[in-house]
Amino acid sequence: MSSSAGIKTAPAGQAASAAALETAASRLPGQGRLTRIALIGNPNSGKTSLFNQLTGLNQKVGNFPGVTVDRKTGVSQLTAQHRAEIIDLPGTYSLYPKSLDEKVITDLLYDRGSAQYPDFVVVTADASNLRRNLLLFTQLADLGLPAVLALNMMDVAEQHGISIDLEALQYELGVPVIPMNARKGIGVTALKIVIAQQLNAPTVSFYEPEPELLPMIRQIRYYFNLHNDYLALHYAHQFRQISFLSADDKAYIAELVAKYEFEPMARQAQETITRYNSINELLLNAVSVTRTEKAEPYSNRIDRVLTHRVWGYLIFMAVLFLLFQAVFAWASYPMELIDEGVAWINSLIQTNFDGPLISLLTEGVLAGLGGVLIFIPQIALLFAFIAVLEETGYMARVTFMMDRIMRKFGLNGKSVVPLISGMACAVPAIMSARTIENRKDRLITIFVTPLMSCSARIPVYTVLIGLVVPDEPVLGVFNLRGVALMGLYLLGFVSAVASAWAMKLLMRTTERSYFIMEFPVYRWPRWKNVGLTIIEKVKAFVFQAGKVILAISVILWVLASYGPGNALEQAESRARTAAVAQALTPEETESRVASQKLESSYAGRFGHLIEPAIRPLGFDWKIGISLLTSFAAREVFVGTMSTIYSVGQDANELTVQQKLAAEKDENGQPFFTVARSASLLVFYVFAMQCMSTLAATYRETKGWQWPLLQLIYMTGLAYLASLLVYQVLK
Amino acid sequence: MSTVTTFPQTAARRSVKDLQLGESGTICCLQDPEMALKLLEMGCIPGTRVRLNSRAPLGCPITLVVGEAADYTLSLRVSEAATILLKE
Repeated sequence: MSSSAGIKTAPAGQAASAAALETAASRLPGQGRLTRIALIGNPNSGKTSLFNQLTGLNQKVGNFPGVTVDRKTGVSQLTAQHRAEIIDLPGTYSLYPKSLDEKVITDLLYDRGSAQYPDFVVVTADASNLRRNLLLFTQLADLGLPAVLALNMMDVAEQHGISIDLEALQYELGVPVIPMNARKGIGVTALKIVIAQQLNAPTVSFYEPEPELLPMIRQIRYYFNLHNDYLALHYAHQFRQISFLSADDKAYIAELVAKYEFEPMARQAQETITRYNSINELLLNAVSVTRTEKAEPYSNRIDRVLTHRVWGYLIFMAVLFLLFQAVFAWASYPMELIDEGVAWINSLIQTNFDGPLISLLTEGVLAGLGGVLIFIPQIALLFAFIAVLEETGYMARVTFMMDRIMRKFGLNGKSVVPLISGMACAVPAIMSARTIENRKDRLITIFVTPLMSCSARIPVYTVLIGLVVPDEPVLGVFNLRGVALMGLYLLGFVSAVASAWAMKLLMRTTERSYFIMEFPVYRWPRWKNVGLTIIEKVKAFVFQAGKVILAISVILWVLASYGPGNALEQAESRARTAAVAQALTPEETESRVASQKLESSYAGRFGHLIEPAIRPLGFDWKIGISLLTSFAAREVFVGTMSTIYSVGQDANELTVQQKLAAEKDENGQPFFTVARSASLLVFYVFAMQCMSTLAATYRETKGWQWPLLQLIYMTGLAYLASLLVYQVLK
Repeated sequence: MSTVTTFPQTAARRSVKDLQLGESGTICCLQDPEMALKLLEMGCIPGTRVRLNSRAPLGCPITLVVGEAADYTLSLRVSEAATILLKE
């Protein structure tokens, strides 16, 4: 077809050629640039493995403009002199995008004028399933993009008795075909050598738009000055979603589409069938299947057990338990190390230097930094687990088993992992919601995940339960405190599921939810991929969520360290005078001073300010301060309470508990009654008091709308629930 | 234009949903135009043999083996399977 119609192929070869420099200069102002290669292929065709093989640690994750998709790029050393930039595109079955994620592909490949337009594409295809994998390839070829076919999983094809005549295939497809096994790195060098050469546009066409479409296609083509008919046809199909077209452009195409009564769905179906016909034909010449045995694939036999109605769920429970154990227990050792390390640096600085800047550095910046770093072990472990589950193909089975249950609540089979991980920490859990393709399901999952009780709530739960729940056995085996703790976790879970269900009813979506997916065969995980995933996720968290966390930590520090006018100095001198009068020890004096200073600070003012609002919940201004500082992280509650009640520096949960128990209200009765404590506990179950989570939601949804909604919804829910609890129990 | 073969207006035909475990059938046509596009891309083309391979413990979703030489396995919801009609 029209691939011959005046296309100037961007030379990908030895960058020194004059043409290359000219093309480069016309796209990027300034000097020449690296060859740009887009990596594209079906899901499960080994694209990620190939990307990792080509780029190794030279990877960078950025954003595609306007969508929630990460843009992974990396630099590959092809030959001694030649380097190329590789863009990893989301896995897709065709060039007709179904999801927002797939849309980045068309946005990239339709716009020849774009600075990101690739010089050529490497198409990965699963050799054991060539027919379906070639559909995407033929579409790309018809767009006139220079391409190489990376024929992956040759070993699997061989096991299936499929033999491929590479020369015939190369002839039929009109592009270089490289047999490879990306998992083991076989064929990567050959691929590098081929892509370091100059590549021409494919010469074979697989589908020509039907003649009756040509009048419309030609008008679009000349209007936009496009290089071929097939691209013009895609404009007619997808003009509404192409981000770089102006409103006028879209109106122009809409008019043409209406005028020629273009039926996109029927045409697309027809195109797909035509393509399969030509693929079937060419495969006749290039592929032969010499399979004799009819032995059942091992994957099916494993599935017999892993998706069994009893064993399947039990094994899944065991896997979850292990995951939970890892994120909860194993991660605590490195977390303690980080905590101690930051504390050590802090004290080192504090003992050697003094002044407001040092205080900002230690109590603001370093404390905030510690708050970021401390999550790394949990994030790394959780994503190691998830990567292994995905790599082996087990995740698809989990989705398969849980879909029916989760769907009832507006969730998706894939929501299981984020929800469970949320019991450890919502930050990596929200990041793990990535695996959910459907946008609505994913947003609902992200939205409700923080309602699951995370590990940071444990110190608060422990202190308050210990305060009001007696340490008694229940039914002989259980402990009443343990039952109360479990009740709080259950409350979190039920509220998450109920909120999901409510959102399912409220949210509208134009995107249709599909479940159709390929069931991957079981495979051993590739540890390199697992490792790179961990590095990628940790980097994303530290550099993106970390910035927000650090900023808010500093703000909180300012609020707690400064007060209006010289209020703090006055508070300090008052405290010292009182201390002298009461003959307190120096240590008691210091904690009294700290307590009084906090009360006079902006944070203390804030506590007093919001007291009228939280009084109906049974809280006073002291709890108000703790609610504010808890926003840095919930466990800070204990530390703040110890400062306010001037417990002193080396406070632990027990001493805080004693202090709280000794606190009296204006009538001389214990302040922390059952009603107050229950109200506070319920508040901590529901309230969004974690800026790390908000930062993660911001990062994952690429906007402030969802984190703000989360903050308002959860805090509102907490307020109402606490109000109810306190007023009923009072 | 083969709209007719792709989306016929027939009712009460056997669909993939009605297959017994282990039973095979040949795809005749795809009923839901939007779903059809996705199914076609995944290789469920009219004339292809499919076999009901397994059901999830709660009956939905199901897995299908698509293709003559047991090409690959797809998983899909029962509601989606119901749009794939089989030849008599």
